[in-house]
This record gives sequence, structure tokens and C-alpha cells, in this order.
Amino acid sequence: MIETVQQFILALLANELVVAVILSVLPLVFVIIYTLVVLYTEMKVAAHIQDRVAYMMTGWHGILQPIADMIKLLLKEDIIPEKADRILFRVAPYVTFAGSYAAFAVLPFTSIYIGANIHLGAFFLIASGSIVVVGILMAGWSSNNKWSLLGGLRSAAQMVSYEIPTALALVIVAMITGSLNLQEITKFQDGGIHNWLIFGGPFPLKTKLLLLPFTLITFIILFVASIAEVNRTPFDLPEAESELVQGFFTEYSGLRFAMFYLSEYANLFVVSALSVSLFLGGWSSPFGSVLSGPVWGIFWFVSKAYVLVLLQIWVRWTLPRLRVDQLMYVSWKVLTPWLFVCLLAVGAILVSVE
Amino acid sequence: MLTEFGKIFIFFLLGIGLVAAGLVTAWLLRPARPYPEKRATYECGEEPIGSPWVRLNVRFYIIALIFLIFDVEVVFLFPWALVYRNLGLFGLFEMVVFLGILFVGYAYVWAKGDLSWDKPTPQIPTLHSRVHFSEGDLQTPSEQRR
Repeated sequence: MIETVQQFILALLANELVVAVILSVLPLVFVIIYTLVVLYTEMKVAAHIQDRVAYMMTGWHGILQPIADMIKLLLKEDIIPEKADRILFRVAPYVTFAGSYAAFAVLPFTSIYIGANIHLGAFFLIASGSIVVVGILMAGWSSNNKWSLLGGLRSAAQMVSYEIPTALALVIVAMITGSLNLQEITKFQDGGIHNWLIFGGPFPLKTKLLLLPFTLITFIILFVASIAEVNRTPFDLPEAESELVQGFFTEYSGLRFAMFYLSEYANLFVVSALSVSLFLGGWSSPFGSVLSGPVWGIFWFVSKAYVLVLLQIWVRWTLPRLRVDQLMYVSWKVLTPWLFVCLLAVGAILVSVE
Repeated sequence: MLTEFGKIFIFFLLGIGLVAAGLVTAWLLRPARPYPEKRATYECGEEPIGSPWVRLNVRFYIIALIFLIFDVEVVFLFPWALVYRNLGLFGLFEMVVFLGILFVGYAYVWAKGDLSWDKPTPQIPTLHSRVHFSEGDLQTPSEQRR
């Protein structure tokens, strides 16, 4: 009996498709656990910033609260407004979450694991971000609600505006590393904290010092743009609750509503992980060969991304919301020109060195 | 057999699958007792007035157009960036020319004020007529009656 089971499992593992599916499920498990952790962190950090304690009742210091929330949302009645466009209304959560989950395919969690090792990795990540925009627009349009429609359009305008700085930052990294595969970009920076691109990359000292200011600026711009990409304060105009109720998902309820949140938190990890793999050395250890290896790789990758997520939470509960005109001003008149300057400067430095 | 893009397709399917699995679970567990008030559009708690598909600010389209131009330009930048370190000085000058042309357009859009989201200044129409109006002529009937 046991032998048959063993043989069955071995036969399954010999099938390429089964292995691929198993490997693709791992990030899904990670997303769910990570979302619960970040939900808890966000509420606690927010509360302590505002001198409150947040939830304390469910479990030790309210640690079971995210699970309780999840069960509550699962049991809520699902309401589709009578006048809504029923098909688009139902499809929108699928598109939004599938778009944000597809981005996990190109994230190198460790030196031996990457969902799909394609050459266009970082480029694909931007493309899948655009699919999320389509989902949000669908949700906004189908809800039959003025605020939802405005929220969806604002979200689309904002996400496309901030896609330009993100893509230009990627071009700068591609110039330095000569690759768009996040795994190869990470390998390029391997070998200690001094090799990370935020500190100028693995070049001789002189080149490094010349590149350092520009890579630093690029990183900061990418970080700002990534906050805008996930629609969080100070860029949370699409769901500005004082103006648009709950933005593009006002009419949603129950688990469909939760799916937009899940997608938002998944996106939050994706953009943080993108910054980490481009500029902060991805899975590579900050101490060179000490504490490095595939298992430590996962630890470093996730904890670096988590630090960036914490930073975004900190920003969210510190700054007030921008106005629409300020939002467009930041993207088109500040970030984009600075990135063009960085692009030309990095190009000139790389040419003059070689 | 299974290409790398096939694996990405699996990721897409799994993303859809998770939502589907969650919604089916919720469908088995949740109550469903709709009545007209519940199924009405919520909007902001009041009864909605007028069609929700309102006329939109034209600036959304302008932003979309500018985005399209920049995005296409960035797509052209990617292949250049990947081989940049082999091209040397030639690559730099090629791209300075390319970016220069783009920059003219960018400066034009900036100067025309299409990058800013300021409110348009309202123009109050004034009446130019040779006919002389007395004060009372321009009042509405209800005001005259008062």
C-alpha cells in the first residue's frame, strides 16, 4: 500500500506540468500568510503612530484578528446592485487578483526558485500591473455609481502616470546590469551590501562613487512611484474616503470586497520586491558569503521586502493625501525629468568608464 | 514542452482559481436574502440622482494620450538599454538624439499646460447689445412679481 502511494507520488513528480503547478502554488500560500501578517502589522503600526493600541481582544494582543476578519468577510452576504453591469461586476475581482498574482511569477524568491525564468522579467511585471488597472476600471464602470466611476478613472490615470517613472527606473537598471531578468539582476549585485545597486553596484571605487548619487535618486523615485502604483496614501485618491466613499469598490461586499484588498496587499509586496531585487540585492546576503544560501535567500528577500512594506505603512499614516493636480505635478514634472537626467548621466558615466 | 511563458499562464490560472475557490466557499456559507432596498445602489447612503455614467473631465484622455506616447518611447528604450554597454559612445549619441526629439514634444506639452491639472478659469458671458436695458428688464419674472 505504502509502496503504491510512493510510486504514485513519484509518477506525479515525473510529470513536468504537476511540478510546475506545485511550484506556482507556493507563492499563493505565501501571499495569503503574508497578507494576514501585513494586515495585522498595518493596524498595529497605525494605532501606535496615533497613540492607540488597536485590537487587543482576539488572542494575544489581537493576533487572531485578521483571521476573524477573514471569516467575517466569508460569511457576509454578497450583494450585486440591481442596476450594476452584472458580468463586468463579477469579472472585475478575478482580473484584478489574477493580474497581481501573475507578477509573482517573475520574482526571484531565492537563488534556486523563480516561477518563470523569462528574460523580460521586470518588463512583464509592469505589464501585469496594467492588467490590474483594467480590473479596477471594470469595477468602477460596472458599479453604476458616480464615485466608483470617478475612483476607477482616477486610479487608471494615476497608475498609468506613475508607470512612466517605474519603467524609466527599470531602463536605468537595465543599462547598468544589461538584463531585465530579476534573477540575473540579483546575481549581478551578489556578494555583500557594497555591491547593491543603491550603493553604485559592483564596480571599481571611482565608477561606484560617480554612479552612487544617480542610483540613489533612481531608487527613491522608484519607491515614490511604487507607493502611487498601489494606490496608498499619500496617493490614495482612487479610494479617498472623504470624497469618493470607498472609491472603485464602494458597491462590493463580502468576499468580492476582500479580493480587492487581497490584490492591493499582493501588489504592495510585488512593488516592494521589485525595488528590493533591482536596488537592494534581492535574495543576496548583506554580509557577502556569510549567512547566504538558498534558505537564507528566502529570509533575506522576504525581510527586505517587509522592511519596505513597513516603510510604506509608515508613510501612509504620516502624510496627508495629495490633490489630483499635485499628483500629476509630482509624476510628470518632478519624477520624469529627474529620471531623464539620471538616464543620461548614467549613460555618460558608463561610456566614459569603458 | 512547458515553456516559461506557460508557467506564467499557470500563475494566471491559479490567481483566477483562488478567487473562484474563495467565492464558491463563500457562496456555500453565506446567507442570501436580498430585498429591493438592499439591492439598490449604495453610492453614499442617499438615493442616487441622475445617471451614474457622468460626463468626464477631458484631462483623463489627455493624460492617457501622453502616457501612450511615453510608454511607446520607453518600449524603444529597453532594447537599447540591454545592449548599451556594448554600444559605447555610439549608443549614447543615438539615444541623445532620440530623447532630444522626445524632449521637444515633452517641452511643448508642458508649455501648453496639458501636464497640469489646474481648474479652467470660468468665463462669465457678458451681453453686448445696442438696445438699452433698464434695471428691471434683466430680472426674472419671479423677481419682478416680488
